[in-house]
Amino acid sequence: MKVRLLHPESDLDLAAPLPPASDDLVKDLGLDHVFAAMGGGDRFLLEVSRRVVLARVDDPAVIRWRQDALDDCARLPGMARDLYSVALGAIERQRKVWGWSSTFAESVVRRAVETLELLIVSMRQIREVARANAGQVQSEAFRRLFAQIEAELDDAFLAEVEGHIKRLGGRDEVNVTASLGAATRSTGFVLTRRTRPRAWRERLGLPEQDVYVYEIAPRDEAGSHALGELRDRGLALAADAIARSSDHVVSFFTQVRDELAFYLGCLNLAAAVAGTGAPLVRPQALEPGSDVLEADGLYDLALRLVSQGDVVGNDLACQGVRLLVVTGANRGGKSTFLRSVGTAQVLMQAGMPVAARRFRADVRPGVLTHFRREEDATLDHGKLDEELGRMSILVDRVAPAALVLMNESFASTNEREGSEIGRGVIEGLLDAGAAVALVTHLYDLANGLAAAGRSDAWFLRAERLADGRRSFRVVDGEPLPTSHGQDLYASVFGPVAEA
Amino acid sequence: MDTLMAPDGAAPPEGGDAAYPGILYPGPAPAELAEDPAYFHDLHLDDVVRAVTSGRDRYRLEPFLRARCPDTACIAYRQAVFRDLEDEPTAAAVRAFASGMEEVRRCLERLCKIHYVHEGGWWFLQAGLAYCNAVTGLRDGLGARPLRSMALLGLRQVLDDYTASASFRDLDRDAAAVANGLAAIRYRLRIAGPRVAVGRVAPDAPDYGAEVLATFERFRQGDGREYRFKFSERPELNHVEAAVADRVALLFPAEFAALAAFSERHAAFTDSHVERFDREVQFYLGFMGHMLLARRAGGGFCYPDVADGGGEASVEGAFDLALAARLATGGRLVVVNDVELRPPERILVVTGPNQGGKTTLARTVGQLFHLAALGVPVPGRRARFPLVDGIYTLFEREETVEDLVSKLEDDLRRVRDILARITDRSLVVMNETFSSTTVADQSFINRRVLEAVAEAGAWCVTVTFLDELASLTPATVSMVSTVDPDEPARRTFRIVRRHADGRAYALAIAEKHRLTYPQVVARARR
Repeated sequence: MKVRLLHPESDLDLAAPLPPASDDLVKDLGLDHVFAAMGGGDRFLLEVSRRVVLARVDDPAVIRWRQDALDDCARLPGMARDLYSVALGAIERQRKVWGWSSTFAESVVRRAVETLELLIVSMRQIREVARANAGQVQSEAFRRLFAQIEAELDDAFLAEVEGHIKRLGGRDEVNVTASLGAATRSTGFVLTRRTRPRAWRERLGLPEQDVYVYEIAPRDEAGSHALGELRDRGLALAADAIARSSDHVVSFFTQVRDELAFYLGCLNLAAAVAGTGAPLVRPQALEPGSDVLEADGLYDLALRLVSQGDVVGNDLACQGVRLLVVTGANRGGKSTFLRSVGTAQVLMQAGMPVAARRFRADVRPGVLTHFRREEDATLDHGKLDEELGRMSILVDRVAPAALVLMNESFASTNEREGSEIGRGVIEGLLDAGAAVALVTHLYDLANGLAAAGRSDAWFLRAERLADGRRSFRVVDGEPLPTSHGQDLYASVFGPVAEA
Repeated sequence: MDTLMAPDGAAPPEGGDAAYPGILYPGPAPAELAEDPAYFHDLHLDDVVRAVTSGRDRYRLEPFLRARCPDTACIAYRQAVFRDLEDEPTAAAVRAFASGMEEVRRCLERLCKIHYVHEGGWWFLQAGLAYCNAVTGLRDGLGARPLRSMALLGLRQVLDDYTASASFRDLDRDAAAVANGLAAIRYRLRIAGPRVAVGRVAPDAPDYGAEVLATFERFRQGDGREYRFKFSERPELNHVEAAVADRVALLFPAEFAALAAFSERHAAFTDSHVERFDREVQFYLGFMGHMLLARRAGGGFCYPDVADGGGEASVEGAFDLALAARLATGGRLVVVNDVELRPPERILVVTGPNQGGKTTLARTVGQLFHLAALGVPVPGRRARFPLVDGIYTLFEREETVEDLVSKLEDDLRRVRDILARITDRSLVVMNETFSSTTVADQSFINRRVLEAVAEAGAWCVTVTFLDELASLTPATVSMVSTVDPDEPARRTFRIVRRHADGRAYALAIAEKHRLTYPQVVARARR
C-alpha cells in the first residue's frame, strides 16, 4: 500500500536533503512566518510543512495532484483530521510497547507480536475512515489510497494476521533447522513450524529414532545461559523478519501521518490568512519555457501574516520575460515586491495556494536568492569578496531556467565597479537560461541593462506619487537617473534598512 | 622469520629451487640493521618507517627500510618488482595471498585455545584450506600476468614446481573433500526447557519467518531498519554447543571421521619459500600503501634513475613523504618543488622568509637520496640520483642547552666527525647550524664547513638565513622560499619566484570568484 498523497509516484521522504540554498531562501523571503502559520502551534506540522515547501516539485502535473488533494481536504476537513489521528494513534500504540533496544531476539519477537496485536485495532480504524469517505473524495490521490485500503485490509487478511499472532505468542518451544558453521558451531538457522502433529514417542518423552537429546544438568548455570544463547541465535533471523513486519505496519501509518501533516498545515495557513481578509488563490502552474509571470493583487504573504496595517498588491503581466528590473526610491516597496514574487513561486511549486487574486507562472527548477546582507553594507574590499563569494556559490547551484532573485546585489563596492561586475553576472545568468529578478539602486547597472535593448527584459519602478509620497506599489517604468541620489548615498555608506 | 608450524622447528624446504634468493636481493642478503641509521630522525624517515610498517609488525619490515641497496643492480631488481606490482591484477593476487596467509596463522593460533576435538579438527581444516587457496591463488594470479621482474618470474617457477608436488596435491584434495562433506550437513534443533534435541530435517520444513514477512509486505514503505543481534564473539565453543556438535556427529559419522583423519595426515604443511615471500612482499605492499596515502595529498611518484657515482641529482615535483601522509590524513594537499643539481653543482643553499618550507625542502632532498637507494618509487615526477655511500645530517637540536659554549662545541665535534668521513659520494644535510653563536661566527664557521664539503666533492643541502652562503663556490645553487604577494600572510611553501599581478582589484576579484560574463555562462549552463 502506497500513501502517495503528495506525489503520484513517490513517497514523501522527510529525511531527504533540502536544496542547498534553502536557508538563504527562508531568511530572504521571510518564509519562517509562513511555516509558523502552517504549524499553528504544532512543531511537527511546522517541520513537515517547511520540508515539503522547500523540497519543491518541478512538474505541473504533480502540482495539480496536490492542489486536487488539498481541495478534498478543504471540503472534508473532518476526513483529513480523522486520518491523521488514526495514524497518530497507531504510532502512539507502537511507542508504548517499544522500549525495544533489546539485544535479545526472543524478547524482540515477543514485543513485535504485542505491537501487532495493538496495530490490528488501527488497521480496522483506518478501514472505517476510508469506507466513510470513499464516495465523497474527488482527487485521484485520495480515491486511490482508499481503494487500496479497502482491497488490502480485507477480512481474510485480518484473520491471517490474527493467526500469526496466535502462533507466535507465548510458546516455549523453538523449532529451527541449522548447519555447521565456524568451529562446528550451529549456524544458518531457519525458523520453522510444525507441519504435522507431535509423534507419540515425543509426547511421552521417550527416545525417538534418529533424535539425540542433550539435557543440561539442573544447577548448570553456564549451561542454562549457553542454551538461552542458542535459542536466541536460532531465533535471530526470524526475529528480524517478525520485527520488520511490525515495522512495516508502523511505517505505513507514519507515511499517512507525514503526508497528511502537510495538508493540515495548508488548512492552518488558509485559516490564518482568512482572518486577515486577504485572498489566497489556486495558482496555475505552466510547463517551463513560456516565461510567463502574471498576477493580480500579488502581495507579500509573510508581511501580511505579521503586519497589522495595509499590505499593497501589485499586478503583473509578463510574457516572454526573463529579466525583471525594479528601480526607484528606497522604502518604496521594492524588496516587498521581490519577496512576493519569490514566495508565490515557492508556494506554487509546493502545490499550495498563493497570496494573490490570480497567479500564473512557469514552474522553475529552483528559486535562488542573493539579498544584500547587513554585513555587506560597507565599502570594504573584504565585503565585496564575501558578497561575490556568495554569488559564486549561487552560480554553482543555479540550474538553467531557475529564478534568481537579487536584492541590492553588487552594492558593496563603488557604483562603477559594482555595475560592471553585476552586468557580467546578470547577462551571464540570462544567457545561460536563468531568469533574474533584480532590485537595485545602482543606476549605472539598471540603465546599462535597459540600454542593451533586450527583448526579454521588463522594467518597473517603485511608484512615487505626485506629492512625493510613496504608494509602495511598483509600476512600469525605465530607471531614472535623477532621483534619489541622497538615498543612494545613504544606502551605500550607511546601514541599509529596507522594509 | 616466523614459522607457521609446530614448535619443534621450521618445516624443511620441499620442492622448488632451494637457491631462489627471494624478492629483495638478487644475491645473498646482508645482515639486517637492528637500529635506525642516525639520519633517520632528522629527515623524518623514522615517521615514514612507522607509517609503512604500521599494522605489519609481525613481518618485521624495519630492517628492509633501513638498509640502502649495495649496488644499482639491487635497485633495478626491486624497481622491477614495483613495476610488476603496478599491474593491478598482479598486486591484487599478491594482496589476496597475504591475507590468505594471515588467515592460515589465525586458524592455527586457535588450536592452542580450544577444548573440543571436532572444534580443533575444524580449525586445522580451515588452516589447510586457507593455505591451499592462498598458494594456488597466487600461482594462478601470477601465471596469467605479463611479469618482467627476475624476482617474480623466479617465484612463479618456484610456485609451479611446488603446487605440482605430490604432497601439495594431496593436501589440497583432502581439504576440499572434507570441507564439502561438512558443508552439506543440515539438521533440526528443537529447544524446549532444559533440553535440546538434534534430529534430521523434515523435507517440507517451511521458513516461517519468511511467511510472516510476506503477510506484512503490503505495509512496507521503503527499506526499514534491520534487526541484528550481537552474540558473544568468543570463537571457542561452549559445552552446550559442543554437545550439539557431538550429536550432529552421531547423525553424520562418516563426515566427522574424515575431519579427524585430515589433521593426522597433514600435520605440517607449509613451505619455506612461501613463508619467505609472505614476509618480503610486505616491504612492497607496505610502501605501496604509503604511496596511496601520499597521492591523496596530491603527490606523485616516479622511478628514479640511480647512477653509481653519477654527477646529477635532480627531481621535479618532489615533496616530503612524511608530511604528505600527515596532510592526506587531514584532507590537505602537499606543495611540490623542483630541485636540480648538475655538474659542477653539488651544494644547495636554501634561504628566504621563515615558515616558507625551507626545512621541508631540505628533508625532502635527504629523503629522496635514501629512498632512491632503497629501490622504491620516490616522490616526484622525474628524478635522477647518485647512489651515495653515506648520509649525514646536522640539524638544530630542539632541546635547549643552557651552556651555549658547550652546545657550539658539541656541534663542531659532530661536524668534524662528519667532515672526516665524507667522500665525493656522500650527502650532508644541514639545517640552521651553529645558530647558538653570533652571526659573524656563524657566517665564518658555515663558510669553512661548506668549503670543506665542496673540497671533498660531497653532495650537500643547507638551510640558512645567511645570504652570503648562497654564492660561495661554483658548486653552489641558491633557492629562495616565497610568500604569496597578494596575501602575504599565507604561506605558499613554494620555493619559486613570483610576480605581482597588476590587474584592477575589483575585476581581479570577480575573476577570482569566476564571475566574469564568460565564466558565469559556462558555469551556469552545464
